[in-house]
This record gives sequence, structure tokens and C-alpha cells, in this order.
Amino acid sequence: MSSNSETYKPEALKANRWLLWMAGILSIIMMAPVAWLLGLSIKANQELMLGTDAVFRFPYTLVNYFNILHSSQVFGWFFNSVVVAGGQTIGVLILSSLAGYGFARLEFPFRKTLFVIVLFGLTLPEQAVIIARHQMFTWFGLHNSYIGLMLPGMSSALGVFLMAQFFRAIPKEIDEAALLDNASQLRIFWKIMLPLTLPAQATLGIFTFLQAWNDYWWPLISATKKDMFTLTIGIASSQSNFAQTDGLGFLAAQAVFASLPVLIVYLLFQRHIVTAVSGGAVK
Amino acid sequence: MAEHYRRSQARNGLFVLPYLIVFVALLVFPLGWGIWLSLHKVDLFGPGRFIGMTNYWRVFADPIFLQALRNTIIFVAVSVPVLVGLGLFLALALNRTTRTTSFMRGLFFSSSVLSVTIVTLIWRFVFIPGDGLLAQVSRYFGWETINFLSTSGWSLFSVGVTTVWWCLGLPMMLFLAALQQIPNDLYEAAALDNANPWRVLTRITLPSIARTIMLVTIIQIVMQFQLFGQAQLMTNGGPNGTSRPLVMYIYEVGFLRWDIGKGAAASQILFLIILCAAMAQYLVSTRKSGDAA
Repeated sequence: MSSNSETYKPEALKANRWLLWMAGILSIIMMAPVAWLLGLSIKANQELMLGTDAVFRFPYTLVNYFNILHSSQVFGWFFNSVVVAGGQTIGVLILSSLAGYGFARLEFPFRKTLFVIVLFGLTLPEQAVIIARHQMFTWFGLHNSYIGLMLPGMSSALGVFLMAQFFRAIPKEIDEAALLDNASQLRIFWKIMLPLTLPAQATLGIFTFLQAWNDYWWPLISATKKDMFTLTIGIASSQSNFAQTDGLGFLAAQAVFASLPVLIVYLLFQRHIVTAVSGGAVK
Repeated sequence: MAEHYRRSQARNGLFVLPYLIVFVALLVFPLGWGIWLSLHKVDLFGPGRFIGMTNYWRVFADPIFLQALRNTIIFVAVSVPVLVGLGLFLALALNRTTRTTSFMRGLFFSSSVLSVTIVTLIWRFVFIPGDGLLAQVSRYFGWETINFLSTSGWSLFSVGVTTVWWCLGLPMMLFLAALQQIPNDLYEAAALDNANPWRVLTRITLPSIARTIMLVTIIQIVMQFQLFGQAQLMTNGGPNGTSRPLVMYIYEVGFLRWDIGKGAAASQILFLIILCAAMAQYLVSTRKSGDAA
């Protein structure tokens, strides 16, 4: 990495220190809303009713978090999110690995044409298809079902594109040797190629999971029954009656609870996530 | 020799077939069907008569659409430069590996992994009239408190602040990646010449990442044109539609008023706008990096 910034002292160093101070101030602004949220979540609702400046005073309490434990709804939504995001991730990994391998390393009629068409899918925004898709899912009675929530995300061309890139990077000699041993394509794919792409699978998997977990528009229109809400939609629905809510503190605790899983995943897999998100944006 | 086995054969196509089925069923067909819908008079029971471009003219004649289009353009025009500028600034400041800088990088990116619902919830707590974090801070300094989310002018601004807070991580990371590609000897040469930091920035650093700056700008334009959740959850487009973006218009027309033909037409218009930006991205990313400066 660039130790280069340190090579031209001392004026440069001064400039750097100044930049870092500015960034420090920005990071305080960045954290302030979260600190505020945490503060609200550990105050009793009755106290907050009188004024939120109570956040700056004792006593603090965990009662809002215990109330989440009694609210089965939030847990149900959490479970739905796990099923939907997990299912969608598995689907994307299977489809993208197969297709990525096919496009990158095999020959078949119309291969190039088909790949170009798939790449066009990268530029297609959800908004262009969502109305027709919603109608289709109505015909097949797929709304308010796990499969109906999982399916749309599986059509994303990004996974195919990423996996094709990874498969292309594997040296040709590896499968040529296997072909000489008369191994079938499926066997080569399963036994030799797939294990080599595990890091790529992890990156794509985490990225897909996060996207599915955070997806907003599709579950908003597809899951209309309260017990089929994902956590994202569920939290949005308790937000819509912000004014007459059960209490600011409880709402804040819900927000903390709902963001914990993604933040934990982020802390554990920060590098994968940054790679995937940047790769997904640049394409 | 192995070429003999790898030879073009239809059976190999089976690997891509499962994805292609999903691709056609969930992207290609809905796209075509959406265009079909936009050319027909549609009610809840399905498409009726062919009415040509009528739905499109209805959209363009709708003052609410024009207002949403205007809001979206203003939003993009303000939020994208802020995102690109702040992202570039942070990347320059944090382009070193110390414990502090990697912590701050992680911090600035962390908000990007949250869902729009959580992000808006956090900021609604900040903007609560008279009782939010901003109201508390204003009171402390003796400033006037503002009802950010329900005052026209301020509502779209508040959505913008929230969006910048949410999306800042990606531009920063993309710029950091680009900064690390700059060859070290350029800086060493500058050090020998005793160039001051400002000259190094404007003569070496910025020209070297000019292409990335273009790319990040286009990516952000595409992303911010799709503004929806923040506005819907924080202001519900209000007051008087002053913070209603295009996507929210499509949502309201297509899914709340069930005017499906009109909604489909509006979504194709948005698609065209985004397609233009995507074309620009393709042109920039395939251009040789040499002539970028």
C-alpha cells in the first residue's frame, strides 16, 4: 500500500495530518446518529415521552430489548429474512457457478451472443420490470410466499458475470489434463473447478445475502400479509406509525436488533463485502 | 488435443440453461411484457385495447410526474457531487495503513451494509421535530429548530443528507482502490523535485484517477436516480410532493392507484434515462486509461 505519502516530508506530512483531522471530524458526524439511536434504545419510553434530552441522563435500562424478546412478530420477520436471503443466496450461487463455468470455459452454439445478452441484463434496473413481474407473480399465485420473495433476485446477471471472470482466470492446463483422463465435463466442474472458486463463492454469497436481506421494493409489494414480511419490511411497517408508536425507545431497540446481523456479517467479512460491492458497482 | 473435447457441442450448453431459463422468465419476459403493458389500456383484469403512446402522453401531461422528475434531477444534481467530493476527500485522507485509518475506512463503509429501513429510522430519530438529535443540538446552541421532514425545501434536503450518510462508503472505497494503482515512482519523482502537496495532488494524483472519478460519478448518477425508500419512508414524498422522486411516482401509480399502463410507461421512461447513463459508463470504462487525463 502507499507508504508513498510519507516519502516527501515535512510539508506533505502537515497536509496529511490536516486531512486526517478533517476525516476525524467527519467520522464523528458519521457516528452521531448511531450513538443517538443507541442512547434512545436504552431509555424507558415513559421518560422519552417527556423529552428526548433524557438520553443524556441516568438511569438507563435494557427493558426495550427484553420487550423485543416478547414480541414474536419481530422474530417471525427475522426468520422470514433468514429463509428468503438464505434461499436466494443458494439459488444465485448454483445458477451463477453453472452458467459462469459454461460461459467461461465451454464451447456451445451461440455462446458469445448469449453472454452479451446476459450482460445487457446488468444494465436493466428493477424498476423497468417490476410492474410486469408483479402481474406474473399474481398469475402464478406466488405473492406472500417464500419462493415468490426469493425468485426475482436469482435473475441477477451480476453473479454470472463475476463467476465467469473467476473461471476464466483458472489456467487452461488444469481441465485439459482432466479431459485427457476422460473425465466428464460435469465431473471436472464439480471435482476440480468448483473447489478452486471457493473464495469467489464466498464473496458472491455474502454480497447476495446482504442484498436480499436489505431488499426493499419487491418484498414491499409482494409480501402484503404481516406474517410474510421480511425484517426490512416489518421494521418499515412499524415505522409508518412513527407518531403513535409504542414508544421511541422500543422502536430504537428494534432498529438496533435488526441491524445487528448485517453489522456482524460486515465485521467478520469486511474484505469480501468491500470487494463484492466495489466489483458489483464497476462491473 | 483437448480442443477436440472442448469442441462446440450443444450438451455443454446445459450448464448455462438453468440460468437462462430464470433470466428469460424474470428479466426478458417482464421487460417485454412491461413495454406491452405501457402500450395498452390496462385494468386489474389485464391488458385491454392497444392505445399506442397514449400512456406515455398521459405521463408527460401529469404535473405530478413533472414535479417528480424535477425533484429527482435536483436530488441527483446535488447529492452526486457531494458523494463524489466527500468520497474523494476521504480516500485521499485515509490512503495509508495505520490502525486509525483502517478503522475509519471500516466506519465510513459500515452504513452501506444497512437496509434502507434502518437508515431512515436512524435519521428520523435525528430529525424528530423539537425532540430529535438536531433539535437538541440546535437548542444547545440557541438556534431555531426546524421541522426538517415536513417543510418544503428541507424535506428533500433531509432525504439527501440521509442518502449521503448511507452511500458514502462505496465512492470512498472505489477511489481508494484507484489511488493504490498509482505507481509509486511518480511520487518519488515529485519528492525529488520538492513539489508541494497541492501540486502533487493536482498534477499527479487527480489526473491518474480521472477515469475513476468519471466512473464513480456515473455509477452514483445511476444509483441516485433510483431514489425511493428514503423518500417514501421519511417524508412520503411530502410536503405537497416536493420530495417525491420518480421511482416513488411509479410505485404510487402502479401499485397504489393500480393504473398499470401509466405506471409501466413511467417505468420505461426511467429505464431509458438509466440506460443512457449506463451507456456512458460503458464508454468510459472501455476507453483506454491513457487518454483519461
